[in-house]
Amino acid sequence: MKSLCLLVVLAPLAGALLAGLLGRVVGRRGAHVATILGVLVSLIGAVLVFQQVAAGQTFNGAVYTWMVSGDLRLEVGFLIDALTATMMLVVTSVSLMVHIYTIGYMRDDPGYQRFFSYISLFTFAMLMLVMSNNFLQLFFGWEAVGLVSYLLIGFWYTRPTAIYANLKAFLVNRVGDFGFLLGIGLVLAHFGSLDYAAVFAAAPAKAGETITLWGDAPWSLITVTCILLFVGAMGKSAQFPLHVWLPDSMEGPTPISALIHAATMVTAGIFMVARMSPLFELSDTALSVVLVTGAITALFMGLLGMVQHDIKRVVAYSTLSQLGYMTVALGVSAYSVAIFHLMTHAFFKALLFLAAGSVIMGMHHDQDIRHMGGLRRWMPVTWITSLAGSLALIGTPFLSGFYSKDSIIEAVHASHLPGAGFAVFAVTAGVFITAFYSFRMYFLVFHGKERFDTAATHDHHHGHDHHGHHGGPPHESPWVVTLPLVLLAIPSLAIGFVAVGPMLHGDFLAGAIHVDARHGAMAELTEHFHGALAMGLHAFATLPFWLAAAGVALAWLLYLVKPAIPAAIAARAGVLYRLLLNKYYLDEIYAFVFAGGARALGRGLWRVGDMAIIDGALVNGSARLVGWLAGAARRVQSGLIYHYAFVMIIGVFALLTLFFVRMA
Amino acid sequence: MPILTLVIWVPIFAGLAVLATGSDRNAGTARWLALAGALAGLLACVPLVTGFHVAASGMQFAEKALWIERYRVHYHLGIDGISLLLILLNAFTTVLVVIAGWKVIEQRVAQYMAAFLVMSGLMNGVFAARDALLFFVFFEATLIPLFLVIGVWGGPNRVYAAIKFFLYTLIGSLLMLVALLYLYNAAGGSFDLEDLYRTPLSMAAQTAVFLAFLAAFAVKVPMWPVHTWLPDAHVEAPTGGSVVLAAIALKLGGYGLLRFSLPIVPDASHALSGLVIGLSLVAVVYIGLVALVQADMKKLIAYSSIAHMGFVTLGVFLFDRLGMQGAILQMISHGFVSGALFLCVGVLYDRLHSRQIADYGGVVNRMPVFAAFFMLFAMANAGLPGTSGFVGEFMVVLAAVKVNFWVAALAATTLIFGAAYTLWMYKRVIFGAVASPAVAGLQDLEPREWLLLGLLAALTLFMGLYPAPFNAVLEAPVSELLAQAARSKLP
Repeated sequence: MKSLCLLVVLAPLAGALLAGLLGRVVGRRGAHVATILGVLVSLIGAVLVFQQVAAGQTFNGAVYTWMVSGDLRLEVGFLIDALTATMMLVVTSVSLMVHIYTIGYMRDDPGYQRFFSYISLFTFAMLMLVMSNNFLQLFFGWEAVGLVSYLLIGFWYTRPTAIYANLKAFLVNRVGDFGFLLGIGLVLAHFGSLDYAAVFAAAPAKAGETITLWGDAPWSLITVTCILLFVGAMGKSAQFPLHVWLPDSMEGPTPISALIHAATMVTAGIFMVARMSPLFELSDTALSVVLVTGAITALFMGLLGMVQHDIKRVVAYSTLSQLGYMTVALGVSAYSVAIFHLMTHAFFKALLFLAAGSVIMGMHHDQDIRHMGGLRRWMPVTWITSLAGSLALIGTPFLSGFYSKDSIIEAVHASHLPGAGFAVFAVTAGVFITAFYSFRMYFLVFHGKERFDTAATHDHHHGHDHHGHHGGPPHESPWVVTLPLVLLAIPSLAIGFVAVGPMLHGDFLAGAIHVDARHGAMAELTEHFHGALAMGLHAFATLPFWLAAAGVALAWLLYLVKPAIPAAIAARAGVLYRLLLNKYYLDEIYAFVFAGGARALGRGLWRVGDMAIIDGALVNGSARLVGWLAGAARRVQSGLIYHYAFVMIIGVFALLTLFFVRMA
Repeated sequence: MPILTLVIWVPIFAGLAVLATGSDRNAGTARWLALAGALAGLLACVPLVTGFHVAASGMQFAEKALWIERYRVHYHLGIDGISLLLILLNAFTTVLVVIAGWKVIEQRVAQYMAAFLVMSGLMNGVFAARDALLFFVFFEATLIPLFLVIGVWGGPNRVYAAIKFFLYTLIGSLLMLVALLYLYNAAGGSFDLEDLYRTPLSMAAQTAVFLAFLAAFAVKVPMWPVHTWLPDAHVEAPTGGSVVLAAIALKLGGYGLLRFSLPIVPDASHALSGLVIGLSLVAVVYIGLVALVQADMKKLIAYSSIAHMGFVTLGVFLFDRLGMQGAILQMISHGFVSGALFLCVGVLYDRLHSRQIADYGGVVNRMPVFAAFFMLFAMANAGLPGTSGFVGEFMVVLAAVKVNFWVAALAATTLIFGAAYTLWMYKRVIFGAVASPAVAGLQDLEPREWLLLGLLAALTLFMGLYPAPFNAVLEAPVSELLAQAARSKLP
């Protein structure tokens, strides 16, 4: 299996290198053929791996030794189990769709080859991350996907907003990585290894171990370690309060918003926590932190999605909210549900983003949903697939999102951790919010009055692609764009129904994920599970279904029936509306406190510490002191005999005094 | 065959030969001769690599001859893995700076090239010397060519910078000389390092010697608060001078701490490790913040160097295998990365004659290949995994967690600061729309620059992806150093 795994990771890397280094030689066609072939090979390999894993085979082994230091061996290697195999399938299949889609979306872009190179490189890095069998390589992949994300958000590097967003994304992620690295450091310091298998095997014995961080108060080693690792996940998976980079990342081209900022990279944190389940299971405190963080993100980020006007930002806030749902699932020890939602979300959210991209192309690169409307007649394929994605997202019974999201809500109900009460409220209210913002966007874009004729005369400064405005009526996108939409719509609709049994309630993930007997939420769910069909039918009698229906109905009422109401509400609830529209002012606060604070501090230390004190007073000061002393000494040598005689007399007098004092 | 002697003296004599070509009428000859000399110096190192025993402890390729009979001073050479890596880095860097100065230096070419070759040999001497007085002579002698390079080929404020650099380092060195003379007597009249390692010393004596050594080496590293000569020296130095200064000269400090402080005064090193760790953390945090607000690219990279060297002193004084190896690997990596960054600034400076960040913007539109290289080195400077810049910092932070969590936490802030000052500079210089007509006229890399940056890029990536061979040669010497540092020398 090792060589198969190597093929899976190296094929996209080869494609990336070819398109990146020899882009001018191979040309545009060569670049997309090479990278798509690479990812296709990778997908086929991932399918083969998945089959072997499903047949009960696993693999854990080194590829090469990165470094040896004393007894510590740091290796690059693979751990292939059900969790890895699932992630590999998700990553390679979404990546392939995005590669194909890119042919259409980036058709006129001068950076065509570079773009293909980046997304293939991303695929490589993401695969290395999920296939790792140790913390070192995890961190490698972790930072490498961050790098590609940085490069891709800033892909249109002449736009000030894009290069601001990519720097912001990198730095906010680095704040998360700061915690992550310290967590890895604690693992090494107390387990003596960075190998998953060794660490997980030793973990139960360390459950009671404490460390002192401040004074004499003992802290649980596992709790501190897990929380630090989770800080890394908060950065990468954009959990509150480190979520601020994700909405801005929409400055990147839409295909990467789908691939990186919805389906795969941002779920790396979720994957990581699931992978670390043997550690997290030992600390209820850490799980509570995870749970509450996820709940805050799920609720408050969803609220922001209700007022956005940029089509991509609506989907971005929806992604934040859904990542919160996954985190909540992790917090209640329902790791398999988190991974399940990760998978279904990858498909329907990639679909929604790519559909949004198709709309943007159809609208000649206008992204403001207030300028759209009635597009279903102009873009039928995009319309139908968007509807499928939206229905899956809001949790329509029998569609994929329903099975994963409903399972999360059930699991939270079954949890007894501190914070579970708030989480129940957050995820339940989140259902209504999700349905509302999803269908607000859907109705504004595809139904109602066609507003784009008038919009063409506006000069709107909302983010638009560099192609500029070509004008003319909206148009459906070419087949390279619509084919991935259709191919993604299929799993968005069906994968939940197919997978809910084996993945959540079978033993497919049992070998990869450890759940402590104390955390019974999952077991309780399985007890009440009587097949996908029964679960879907039962949904009609539950609160979430009616909340979702109410959300859709309200969106329909406000945006199709009585379009004057939203404006009136916005005017009435001015403060609240502005708070949401400005994203709770967190960007402004961060920019002032952290970015501004660091610059002010740096300037202060430089001007005062380096220039005034060290250089001014000490270095140049001592130079001046030497000069002054020398000047003083020079004056002594006046050349006048009586000066010297006088000094001699004083000298003799002093010596005599000393002599007599000694005598006495 | 006296290989180490060749490694030291081939570049020096090559330098003298270049000097003999005289005036700028023979500039072409001087350049080619210098390149040949630098390559010969690199070639002389090949037997060191092929003949090196990785597993062996102790010194290899030893040579010993009486030098000053009356004081029993020996011409005693020998290297271990630490010296080996630094000598290789030095020989390689010399080739780079000769190529880097090929077109840029048009006046006093022979003298310029000669200075670098002589300096290269002297640096090798520092890394190979096994006699304290011999070490001191080489250590001090390296000052002269660097002083000349800054003072003669430097920028407008070069005299202030050169003298500041010279005096700063000289004062530290004088204290070291006093300490060495004291040790000479304590060891019963020997400067040989082996003898000094064996000499028992009282705590008071150890403390005094430690502080004297620290004065000499801290200035070289440089550690906060004796760092302010470095930004000035870098800003005024020509590109080649900056490269050697960053890549090699700073390493003398870290090397001295490893070779002198730890084994000669182990008890004081332990007792005062808190002081060094504290100063190292100040370097990481304070200097990281100062770097953020620099408007001059060279100054920014100079401050970034100080912050990165903080990891060297921190790693050394953790008294942990992983930390010490991390510190040494950080020195090597910093040689590649900061050297490369100064070359990158040089590439821009040669075209627009400005180092001010504000004078640039949108360079990628005209110099995409350069932007790609610069991106790689910027990321390496920010410690991205997969580049050499990650290896040492990662090891030191991990080692620090074992010792004290908060030390590690402060050190790990480099993840944020390092990325912030490097990438913010990159953003303002490289990204964006073409900022001025001058930027619009920029030409992308020429083959010579391509070669320089390409070599460094390959090494940066290689060391990041596969540091095993670099660390393998450090296993034996670091074990020995830790054992020496753990052995009390109190009488």
